[in-house]
Amino acid sequence: MASEATHEEAGHVEAEAQTQGEYIQHHLQFLTYGKHPDGHWGFAHTEEEATEMGFWSFHVDMLGWSVALGLLFVLSFKKMADKASVATPSGFQNFVEWVYEFVNQNVKDTFHGHSSLIAPLSMTIFCWVILMNTMDLVPVDILPWIAQTISGDEHIAFRAVPTTDPNITLGMSLSVFILIIFYSIKIKGVGGFMKELAFQPFGPWMMPFNLLIEVPTLLAKPVSLGLRLYGNLYAGELVFLLIALFGWWQLPAHFIWAAFHLLVIPLQAFIFMMLTIVYLSQACEDH
Amino acid sequence: MNITATIFGQMIAFAFFVWFCMKYVWPPLTNALAERQKKIADGLEAAERAEKDLELAQVKVADQLKEAKVDASGIIDQANKRASQIIDEAKEQAREEGQRLIAGAQAEIEQEVNRAKEQLRTQVAGIAIAGAEKILEATIDESAHAELAEKLAASL
Repeated sequence: MASEATHEEAGHVEAEAQTQGEYIQHHLQFLTYGKHPDGHWGFAHTEEEATEMGFWSFHVDMLGWSVALGLLFVLSFKKMADKASVATPSGFQNFVEWVYEFVNQNVKDTFHGHSSLIAPLSMTIFCWVILMNTMDLVPVDILPWIAQTISGDEHIAFRAVPTTDPNITLGMSLSVFILIIFYSIKIKGVGGFMKELAFQPFGPWMMPFNLLIEVPTLLAKPVSLGLRLYGNLYAGELVFLLIALFGWWQLPAHFIWAAFHLLVIPLQAFIFMMLTIVYLSQACEDH
Repeated sequence: MNITATIFGQMIAFAFFVWFCMKYVWPPLTNALAERQKKIADGLEAAERAEKDLELAQVKVADQLKEAKVDASGIIDQANKRASQIIDEAKEQAREEGQRLIAGAQAEIEQEVNRAKEQLRTQVAGIAIAGAEKILEATIDESAHAELAEKLAASL
């Protein structure tokens, strides 16, 4: 009898462990829209289906939040920018102007070239990434629950934090990379850019060695830029998911982790912005 | 971690938001802040100018006050001098007037005395003559004894 009970208990624990694993697995799945192997386009219902779709699929939840938060940023800031006047500012206008001053100061301190793009680019990155990161503070089960209730499909995958998707962060860092290449060629010319890659740091006689150093350095920029943001936020999200398995203890634990995460959210946005400015500044510097 | 076409979607969205921010958010903010900065600078400058003006005005006021004080003390001095002068003059006049009155009174008194003396003399002469007539029981020739009577009267 006793051994049977133990066995049952063990089985129970095993089942629970599997549910916990499934729980996390499910929470890390994207709402994917793409081309099924049989040729028709539609949503993936399981992770296997999503994987089978390969490259030509879209993470609808991530793109949706990303665009929604981007719109929230540009529209609210545009409203304030239109209202911005010489008169005494108040409330949200103060905040917008504070962000403006903050970004402008950082750009001025770091970027010494002349560009009307870099400051608004930095502001967009900073605000947008902060907003996307802040989605991390929404309790992990609320948005999937709403999505399941609305769609009626209780297995639907729905994630909330765009920056926990490498596609989103790499999409941004690749855009920055394109700008790096663009400015490098614009300021130094194609020849100058190539020379910088080939003749530095050890002079023309060490060209292969130089290329071996410089090309990976260049290519590492977008990868590290995108993966740093992704890694930090993904880890944070994962910890939130683990905490959600604690039962009642998740309340204080969640609070502590969220408080800690409040530091990570703006810090990662700031790092992304600063590195963008630094990279573009390097691209614009003629040696 | 599977890379999908999501990355293109994000790049397009990114490009759009950056373009939007560059076109519609950043320039008006820059303009508004620059304008406000200018206005504040102007205001500060005006305040500084006003302060300088105030300082000048204060100096001017102090000068004028000093001048007025000097003027006032001069006027007071003059007035005091004039007052003592008037008092002196009045005193002099009063003394003179007094003297004159005294002299007049004395003259009148003297006149009165003289007149009384004259009357007295006349009356004494008459009385003497009447007395003499009574003594002599005779009529005295006025003319013959006038000299006598005169002598008598004069001796009184």
